[in-house]
Amino acid sequence: MSIKLALRNLLGAGLRTWLNVIVLSFSYVIIIWYQGLIDGWNVQARRDMIAWEIAQGQYWHAAYDPYDPFTLEDSHAKIPDKLATGMVAPILITQGTIYPEGRIQGVVLKGIAKNQQLLRLPTDRLIRENGEIPVLVGKRMATNNKLNEGDYLTLRWRDSNGTFDATEVRIAGIFSTDVPSVDQGHLWLSLEDLQQMTQSEGEATLIVSGSETLNDMTISGWDFKSKDFLLADLDQIIKQKSVGGSIMYILLLLLAMLAIFDTQILSIFRRQKEIGTFIALGMTRKQVVKLFTIEGGMNSVLAALVGAVYGVPLLIMQHKAGYAMPYEPDDFGIAISEVIYPSYSLGLILGTIIIVMLTATVVSYIPARKIAKMNPTDAIKGKIQ
Amino acid sequence: MEKSSIIEINNLIKRFPVGGGFFTALDDINLTFSKGEFTGIVGPSGSGKTTLLNILGSLDVPTEGEATVLDKKISTLSHKQAAQLRNGHIGFIFQTYNLLPVYTVYENVEFPLLLLKMPAREREKAVHEAIEWVGLTDKIKSKPAQLSGGESQRVAIARAMVKKPELVLADEPTANLDSENSHHILRTMENLNNELNTTFIFATHDEKVMSYLKRIIRLEDGRVVKDDWMELKEVAS
Repeated sequence: MSIKLALRNLLGAGLRTWLNVIVLSFSYVIIIWYQGLIDGWNVQARRDMIAWEIAQGQYWHAAYDPYDPFTLEDSHAKIPDKLATGMVAPILITQGTIYPEGRIQGVVLKGIAKNQQLLRLPTDRLIRENGEIPVLVGKRMATNNKLNEGDYLTLRWRDSNGTFDATEVRIAGIFSTDVPSVDQGHLWLSLEDLQQMTQSEGEATLIVSGSETLNDMTISGWDFKSKDFLLADLDQIIKQKSVGGSIMYILLLLLAMLAIFDTQILSIFRRQKEIGTFIALGMTRKQVVKLFTIEGGMNSVLAALVGAVYGVPLLIMQHKAGYAMPYEPDDFGIAISEVIYPSYSLGLILGTIIIVMLTATVVSYIPARKIAKMNPTDAIKGKIQ
Repeated sequence: MEKSSIIEINNLIKRFPVGGGFFTALDDINLTFSKGEFTGIVGPSGSGKTTLLNILGSLDVPTEGEATVLDKKISTLSHKQAAQLRNGHIGFIFQTYNLLPVYTVYENVEFPLLLLKMPAREREKAVHEAIEWVGLTDKIKSKPAQLSGGESQRVAIARAMVKKPELVLADEPTANLDSENSHHILRTMENLNNELNTTFIFATHDEKVMSYLKRIIRLEDGRVVKDDWMELKEVAS
């Protein structure tokens, strides 16, 4: 009965109700869109990092620390027999210097097998032709250093004995990726070439695993790093973005709740005569409080319906067309594509609806409690209490 | 309490706090009302008419003494019990109609039956019947803002009568109406009183109302100063 009466009261209130409902529906749509964007970014970033860099996990040489370049000199060893064949991609890492247009540029040299198919890097282009050493660079690296396919570069490095050596390499391919950690400052060579150049035949710094059956093996001198571990930095950044999103979420929610709270206060102030009449006609004060609370809470139900009318097509359109990032994705330092496709999970949609509805109901209840203290004989006359 | 009496008031006193002291609105009231009465409580403004009606309607409680309405002692009722008494047995008619502004005529009249949780089909029948009593079938979908004062008061009567209560309390029901509408309203209530044997108690100082009343109780400064039975008077005369 309360629901029927509340709906009747709400719809009868006309413009006042629809203004609240529209404001609240904006909150639903924007919250779902923003969270969907963060989730879409998360999904895309994880997918790209797995495809370009991580695969199913990695074995790192025990001395390898990606945040400490001084470890590179000693963090390579013979590829263990258990990881010599199968779905694996050994990578040898060392430092080097290139001289694009006469400038000095430090780079990370990464050697990877030409015939690997685990990572999306176009390593088939690393096949030597005419004795030249072919290298791959990412689009960001190429743009920053003004490199084009077919260009020649002078490359200097130190071999395993610490002796400097230099040669000319040819840009055999420029690949486009959303993962800056395989692009920015990286020069990809074939594993054989780099092993030969550094006199580290048969050695690698890390071994990318392409199968879960290869994971978690105990291999002396090598540590297995799971996918979760390797994605932890990304997760951390996404989490920070989510916190930022939560602030926006709370602000939007506060805005909508303020509208409901305001309307409730105004309703209780203006509708005293109505409240008195409800009581005279046989409603208990508790029932009137319940009715006003449901009325306020029902704003969120109507808002969900109104939001669905314009929000569903908008969100679907955005999901298909994607959202072009208005700033340079490189600034993030993590995988982020130029266009993000928002991802709306059922949990996100239901969670948002439930949170908004619960908050709206609580916000409606707080002012409605005043009704319980009203004197019905004064309320019937509309006396301000 | 007599067999046919539905209200008994014994030594009732009602005081309201005013400033540092108290204002006595009703002072030592002793009255009995029987089923089917058409009674008016008359008196000047501030004489305690509305206060007495509010107590009889279980919207207020006595400070001292007791009012027993339909075998329920008003001062001992909880909020819930008082609401049940009003919902099930008492109809209210107010001077300013107190119609629910966003509801149609039909919905206003239907409201008390919704509270009684009456089944939909029965409810619909009762609402149509009540609206027919007051002659507003053609206004069934109108909102209160679209009605005249007389029509609004007729809706209020239909709303009070739809559940066929034992008692109807009407506080100055004609105060905002012109003469023609007042007579129309009073004739409607008189007919309902005769047909359904519902007890009507009015608070009024309108001379037009008094000509319809069978009993007039005069209050002055919260005290009963006169209690006249009009039919007996007429018979005597």
